[in-house]
Amino acid sequence: MFPVKELKRSFLISIWFAFLTFPIMVIKVDPIERTVLWRWDNMFFIAFGSFVISILAKVYLLRKERRAGRKKAKKDIAEPFVQRILREPRFLYPLSLAVLVLALVFPMFFSTYQTNIMTTALMYVVLGLGLNIVVGVAGLLDLGYVAFYAVGAYSYALLNLHFGLGFWAVLPIGGLFAAFLGVLLGFPVLRLRGDYLAIVTLGFGEIIRLILENWNDFSQGPSGIANIPRPGFFGMDMSFASGITYIYYIVVALVIITIFVVNRLQNSRLGRAWLALREDEIACQAMGIDKTKTKLIAFSLGAFWAGFVGVIFAAKTTFVNPASFTFLESAIILSIVVLGGMGSIVGVIFGALILILMPEYLRALSEYRMLAFGGILVVMMVFKPDGIISNVRRSYRFKKHHSKEVIEP
Amino acid sequence: MDYFIELFFGGLTRGSIYALIALGYTMVYGIIGLINFAHGEIYMIGAFTSFIVATVLSIYGFPLLAIVVIAGLAAAVWSSAYGYTIEKLAYRPLRKAPRLAPLISAIGMSIFLQNYVLLAQTSDFLPFPALIPDFEFMEPVAHIVGSSDLAILVLTTLVMIGLTFLIKFTKIGKAMRATAQDKTMAVLVGINVDRVISATFVIGSALAAIGGMLIASHIGQINFYIGFIAGIKAFTAAVLGGIGSIPGAVLGSLVLGLTESFATGYISSDYEDVFAFSLLVLILIFKPSGLLGKAETKKV
Repeated sequence: MFPVKELKRSFLISIWFAFLTFPIMVIKVDPIERTVLWRWDNMFFIAFGSFVISILAKVYLLRKERRAGRKKAKKDIAEPFVQRILREPRFLYPLSLAVLVLALVFPMFFSTYQTNIMTTALMYVVLGLGLNIVVGVAGLLDLGYVAFYAVGAYSYALLNLHFGLGFWAVLPIGGLFAAFLGVLLGFPVLRLRGDYLAIVTLGFGEIIRLILENWNDFSQGPSGIANIPRPGFFGMDMSFASGITYIYYIVVALVIITIFVVNRLQNSRLGRAWLALREDEIACQAMGIDKTKTKLIAFSLGAFWAGFVGVIFAAKTTFVNPASFTFLESAIILSIVVLGGMGSIVGVIFGALILILMPEYLRALSEYRMLAFGGILVVMMVFKPDGIISNVRRSYRFKKHHSKEVIEP
Repeated sequence: MDYFIELFFGGLTRGSIYALIALGYTMVYGIIGLINFAHGEIYMIGAFTSFIVATVLSIYGFPLLAIVVIAGLAAAVWSSAYGYTIEKLAYRPLRKAPRLAPLISAIGMSIFLQNYVLLAQTSDFLPFPALIPDFEFMEPVAHIVGSSDLAILVLTTLVMIGLTFLIKFTKIGKAMRATAQDKTMAVLVGINVDRVISATFVIGSALAAIGGMLIASHIGQINFYIGFIAGIKAFTAAVLGGIGSIPGAVLGSLVLGLTESFATGYISSDYEDVFAFSLLVLILIFKPSGLLGKAETKKV
């Protein structure tokens, strides 16, 4: 059965963790009262917990190894179940129709609260898909994506405050502002290598947030802007609940548009250029692809979606302040993309739903949810680094009589 | 003039603290090419450990010198242990994974550690005991340069000299440089690369812990969130100097510290972080490999 050697190893691991967590978990000092609280029970829990977890992890790894050994013989069938469904139109179309119907009737069967949460999750789907263009498809690591989101939200808040512009007027403007900023930032920094690009975008995100926080005359500082109107529908007066449902449908429509556009883009000439650029820049330039232009388009398109969602965010919460646009937000959006599987649209949708809905429903364990969030990110990466649904490159296969796929010009 | 000198020394102090943290980033990056986002959290854990140990010892009435030494050692030991464990749990299984996977893992680790300390300790700001006494000989210049500034400068310089010695002249330092240059080749000449990487994490974490203790006693309070902004600043400094280069990290940190100090002193303190990041963006645009970094030419 379970080897004794492993038990000994797990025992050592548990001792190590008891030692590791000793000062933080066991001792609690009160520097003002000058008292020390020794919480030895915590040490026991840590030791016991790490013992159990290390045994479970070992069992999992052993089983995986055994399965891998058995599978080697019939490797060709290893295509995952999900991907088989996604490839076959006769499964895919009814399935997406079912999902669409489900999304449309959702507000009728669930409470306003649930609808509101779902709206948030769908907004993150769009954000994830937007960032997916930049990170997943074009391979540009952007850690300051939230800056564009902030630009969208603030452009609605400010344009409404000063000029009284409505939601529908600002929606494209917010997106364009963000895209313009993307070009402005992208122009100098896109020459940089991957990791430098990451830190510059991170710095840029922080700069935008700090400016919003400190430039009181412009953005009303940390207290933010309140009383932003919800979107109207031909001047109709809406109750609070129907307003939320209305925004829900707007976001659903946006998700559908985004999926359509991103899907078309990925298989277009431009999308193939992005993929090629991600794989090998030099070879790409040799093929005559304009590196800067292609990258800039990816960057500003990603920013455009973020600006879009930003406007909706401002309309949904009716309040914006800089605290909503911290680095953590960028990290969460990036996690959605990577967790779902970079470059894969279905993966990003799953990633967003899991990452946003999970903390909401983990509220029972409210204190522990960020802890769990961090832990799950690590565990996911260690056990499944390609994400939940990894992207399969579109490939052309010969069929017997006729080829369905038409190669685009 | 006094004000200028005050700002200058303030900047140097700040810069040398950044340097202690930035070294960990740059060493890890130089060897495995990973932005170790959890490094700021290591620094925070170092500050917390030294806070806990120092407070416990002072409650039991130990003399100040003993408190400083024991708290510093404890912070270094435990932070190193955390660094070692994090590398083993979150980064080592991802050696061959796609490039972004370890980065996400690091971000996850950072969120995890922040909340771990938040839950196990507290979310409030805690008053950090003053570990560095006011020296008598500093009395005449005390209004310009504080004793803790001096202590930090001297200590950091000593640590830097020690680190340079370690990397230049010891066996493990040689192995580190070899691994940074070419991992495959290092394996071929019989270097245990896994152990070198672990050692890098341990050394980097110990440096960050010392930095954490020094800055916490300089500022006088800590919180579970201090690691994030310090980590980003230190990383900025590392990139500024040319990431992967050890002298570069020190130079970049000093430049960053001085810039921040002068900008806040002469212009406005609200935009302290904006100056830091703008400096970074400017340097990267005009000299993309950083101040001391080597421009990489890619051969096909």
